[in-house]
Amino acid sequence: MHEVLFYLFAAMTLLPAVMLVCSRNTVNAAMLMIVSFVGTAALFAMLQAYLLSVLQIMVYAGAVVVLFLFIIMLLDAGRIKSFKGRIKQIIVPLAFFVALSILPVLAILSGRGGEAQVGEAVAPASSAEQFGLLLFTKYQLPFELTGFLLLAAMVGVIFISRRNVSALPKSEGKE
Amino acid sequence: MFAIALNHYLIVASLLFSIGFFGVMLRRNVIVMFMCMELMLNAANLALVAFSRFNATPDHPMMDGNVFVFFVITVAAAEVATGLAIIVALFRKRATVMADELTALKK
Repeated sequence: MHEVLFYLFAAMTLLPAVMLVCSRNTVNAAMLMIVSFVGTAALFAMLQAYLLSVLQIMVYAGAVVVLFLFIIMLLDAGRIKSFKGRIKQIIVPLAFFVALSILPVLAILSGRGGEAQVGEAVAPASSAEQFGLLLFTKYQLPFELTGFLLLAAMVGVIFISRRNVSALPKSEGKE
Repeated sequence: MFAIALNHYLIVASLLFSIGFFGVMLRRNVIVMFMCMELMLNAANLALVAFSRFNATPDHPMMDGNVFVFFVITVAAAEVATGLAIIVALFRKRATVMADELTALKK
């Protein structure tokens, strides 16, 4: 049962990712990204990291994909050019893909990464309490810095996305 | 006891990472390249969670990997917001999202 679920969720993560890379329509790509993120969240849940699974769905499948869709529709760049006449440009990425995917898989399967382990130990990551304890004790400084980072990102986004950034000194007096 | 070990998760993570890398190199649409970068971040998160799950013992619960994933998710959200704002600003100025046509620094 566990194995069937694992392979189902792994396929749910990987197949939409491949289809995303090959998709012509950007909106379809965003939808496929949702499926891939939900598959990853299911894999997190199988690893008993339930809080991270919920966060993954809320942040990625919720906020990030909605932001992507909003930008795609704002830019009206849904239709993009196809791959015609670009065989030469596919070869190098394909070589990188094969190297990047085959080598780790071979290394893992050859047993150099240690023998296959079976997760019998308890999984403390399942509770939000553990996260809270660590975030406010050991990782207090990164936690605060993350808050500052989010503030900086928000201010930066508001500044970047306003109109007439280049014509700022002139337009300021009129507005 | 189940037969799914750490290696299975690592293989999925490495495949997901290489698919994302492939997409970033292959595609010319900046938005799709950005999506593929998100896939790569997800792959790293999956590997981190798998490592901290399979190395956990009752004495040493190995929460560090999970907390790191927490931070990665937060930073990725900030990164997406900033990157998409840059893409919007770029589109307003150059009216394109194709990386082929963004050659202002080349000339």
